[in-house]
Amino acid sequence: MSRISTCFADLAKANRQALIPFVTAGDPEPGITVTLMHAMVKAGADIIELGVPFSDPMADGPVIQRASERALAHNVSLYDVLGMVKSFRETNNETPVVLMGYLNPVEAMGYEAFAENAANAGVDGVLTVDMPPEEAKDLVAALKGKDIDPIFLVAPTSNAGRIARINALASGFIYYVSLKGVTGAANLDIDSVKAKLAEIRGISQLPLGVGFGVREPADAANLASIADGVIVGSTLVKIVEENADQPDKIPGIIGETLSKFRHAMDNAA
Amino acid sequence: MPKDAVNSDSRNSDFDDLLNLPDEDGHFGPYGGCFAAETLMAPIDELREAYEHYRNDPDFMAEIDADFNQFVGRPSPLYHAERWSKDIGGAQIYFKREDLNHTGAHKINNAVGQALLAKRMGKTRVIAETGAGQHGVATATVCARMGLDCVVYMGSEDIKRQMINVFRMRLLGAEVVAVESGSKTLKDALNEAMRDWVTNVDDTFYIIGTVAGPHPYPAMVRDFQSIIGREARAQALAQTGKLPAALVACVGGGSNAMGLFYPFIGDHDVELIGVEAAGDGLETGRHAAPLNCGRPGVLHGNRTYLMETDSGQIIETHSVSAGLDYPGVGPEHAWLKDCGRAEYAAATDIEALDAFHEVTRTEGIMPALETSHALAHVKKIACNYGKDAMIIVSLSGRGDKDIHTVAAHEGIEI
Repeated sequence: MSRISTCFADLAKANRQALIPFVTAGDPEPGITVTLMHAMVKAGADIIELGVPFSDPMADGPVIQRASERALAHNVSLYDVLGMVKSFRETNNETPVVLMGYLNPVEAMGYEAFAENAANAGVDGVLTVDMPPEEAKDLVAALKGKDIDPIFLVAPTSNAGRIARINALASGFIYYVSLKGVTGAANLDIDSVKAKLAEIRGISQLPLGVGFGVREPADAANLASIADGVIVGSTLVKIVEENADQPDKIPGIIGETLSKFRHAMDNAA
Repeated sequence: MPKDAVNSDSRNSDFDDLLNLPDEDGHFGPYGGCFAAETLMAPIDELREAYEHYRNDPDFMAEIDADFNQFVGRPSPLYHAERWSKDIGGAQIYFKREDLNHTGAHKINNAVGQALLAKRMGKTRVIAETGAGQHGVATATVCARMGLDCVVYMGSEDIKRQMINVFRMRLLGAEVVAVESGSKTLKDALNEAMRDWVTNVDDTFYIIGTVAGPHPYPAMVRDFQSIIGREARAQALAQTGKLPAALVACVGGGSNAMGLFYPFIGDHDVELIGVEAAGDGLETGRHAAPLNCGRPGVLHGNRTYLMETDSGQIIETHSVSAGLDYPGVGPEHAWLKDCGRAEYAAATDIEALDAFHEVTRTEGIMPALETSHALAHVKKIACNYGKDAMIIVSLSGRGDKDIHTVAAHEGIEI
């Protein structure tokens, strides 16, 4: 069983939900990312989602877009991101790490080389935002060949046929996009999320993580009552941005914020 | 030895399979496809089904033809540039006069087609991206005519270069949104339009301006633009009794080139030549020539040749012409290049400006700076052909919008 599947299985036994923070690797500077990852684990993160910077992040809102720009100002490449995961793994062998990004840097490295390098670094899952199941066959084969979980998005507009198609390729968990919009948008509607999660559960046995638009600990608590995991992204990346001129303080501040999400989720039920 | 003009009955089946592309998932060989976030797949599926339906609907196609005729002013003439042909020596040069279309460029062909499709699909709001502003103006124009709300995304750098087009769009009732992210040019405008579409999928139709983007856009835009090549082919036969030896068109995303080339793909002896923007020179790295200097990757919904770093980040491009300033290219061009049916050259800023002046003075036709890249290449190759050979250049747009840029290059303030 992969680290991700083990993680969700253990949480389910304890009747808890996964807290999945997202930060962009190398933001605001490459030296801080590994420290930040450890701080997030300490604050209660179950899985870490690490954004791979890309010059043209089409599905992201302005907050995560600017995070990519800050990281790219330091020339943070996919190789560098894998190096960060490797160095995180030197002292943490339990917490799953999921890379989230766009396909082109992976294309540039080559699918097989990427899968091998990612496995060697200790990556557990890969979500390529602009690769729908229709185009995913080759990369999914390469990832599964190295026991890495391919993570896919399901959107509010995904119909049953698409969900089934995604489910046939996905492993680890399914990432449900809670709203029609880009990351960091503000129109989270719990009732419609609840209805869609029920539809997905009718098709897929995989754990369901929900992200996009999770701003407050209360949002996370609400989602925790209906989902298996909650992804917190733009809210954290905004904190990174606000403290970009004093990167050393970022792990502490993010840790504090994340603790509040953890507390709200654990006291939701 | 001069290359001879080909005979009119020389349609050859060697490349006929190219006419059946893309496959049902939008692939042109290894290129194209549909690389979009799941959040966009439902509207893309909806568009694909609608286009598949209406392209086979005679009533819809007749509606497009009527607008081409009465609103756009088609057919556009095929004009023999006699004086310029004599000046440069060699082949007879003919201009396919897309500059005479309403709004002054080929872009209106596609905007009319997609806006009519939007209406059939019951969409009330249209979004578009624009670089030079020509596609934005064309979209704003058809939206005004059809009573559709229109929002145009444009990089703030391009807004500075193309103030006149920005004002034209606003006069036509469109909202022009300045995009401040990334390099603040066309690619960033495209990113922003995609974000808008994800957020407003229910009522919004995204009119992409070139033969790129996720399937079905490359094929759909090509189909709407193919009127250029269909007319040119019939006109060549009617006016000269033969097919041209070569077609030449500028390539940014490549919609005017694809529109001209496509109806000639089966005419094996007709050379297809695309001309990219070499900017300061291909050797300087400051250019917009992915087919000449890039490599395959995935951006904006399709796999194609891209200008990118070794680690797969998209590089900022450079061209004097805002309309060619794009790091990718339509996937069908990528495939035509790989399988050898078309070739792709490049012309520098300076070569394009020289051609701009020459054609303006000898023919009384002021070409767009985008178009001037194609003209610059014609200057280089015309002498390789005999006097009886015919070269058709896509005169894709008129140059009025560029006079500030031309003046600035000469140190003149207007």
